[in-house]
Amino acid sequence: MPLDLEYYLVLSALLFTIGVIGVLIRRNAIIIFMCIELMLNAANLAFVAISRSLGQVEGQLFVFFVMAVAAAEVAIGLAIIVSVFKHRETINVDEVNSLKG
Amino acid sequence: MTAEMILFFIFGAVSLIGAIAVISFRHPIYSALSLIVTFFAQAGLFVLLGAHFVAAVQVIVYAGAIMVLFLFVIMLLNLGTLSAKSALTGKLKGVVVVLGVLLAIQGVYIAMTAGTGTALESAQASTETVTTYKIGELLFSKYLLPFEVTSLILLAALIGVIVLVKRESQTEN
Repeated sequence: MPLDLEYYLVLSALLFTIGVIGVLIRRNAIIIFMCIELMLNAANLAFVAISRSLGQVEGQLFVFFVMAVAAAEVAIGLAIIVSVFKHRETINVDEVNSLKG
Repeated sequence: MTAEMILFFIFGAVSLIGAIAVISFRHPIYSALSLIVTFFAQAGLFVLLGAHFVAAVQVIVYAGAIMVLFLFVIMLLNLGTLSAKSALTGKLKGVVVVLGVLLAIQGVYIAMTAGTGTALESAQASTETVTTYKIGELLFSKYLLPFEVTSLILLAALIGVIVLVKRESQTEN
């Protein structure tokens, strides 16, 4: 008898909310990126749990697509962070506000 | 209590503690290491769900490649002294409280309506594991186009990173 879907979905929601809270309260760009990874992982957990609940393979396939997108996003994002740090000597997102209108 | 339930609570607790540690440590290195703990616990959850291949990829890609990238950048920038001022600002504290309350309401609602026969619950939960063979078969037949588009995304990321770094070295000259 497998565990109910609700347990996994609640855990996924909790992890996602922790990620959102981290993005909101932390000002370090690298930690904000880690929190985005946390949210993507929470979504992956929901994908796999629902995939098993419905007896379909598609959910696991989309986890791979999410992982590929996450890898691309991390590579680009960290390159941007490095270049911002070279220009501004900080990665505090509150201090990087040149684009502010 | 079945074995799956016990393991679920162990892995779930570890991943939650790791996630909270990610957002509460001051130094990014500690956050990155906590995130690796969370990823490993999630790989355990994937094994519980019968998704063995996803669990392996989770460990190899996330805990391996992506986190090494993070650690490289943290050490490259040498951020130890810079991250000290990350205080909770007043406006955002309210948002955090509202989010927490919403999540609590959600959890209570789910706990109260559990077992009342929703559409998802009536679906037959399968215990069999999804083999790598099945995933590969589907990936290279029905989902071939998304798979190829994914390779384009990775190519775009590759070119983007090279352009970013190249422009940087030109301005230095």
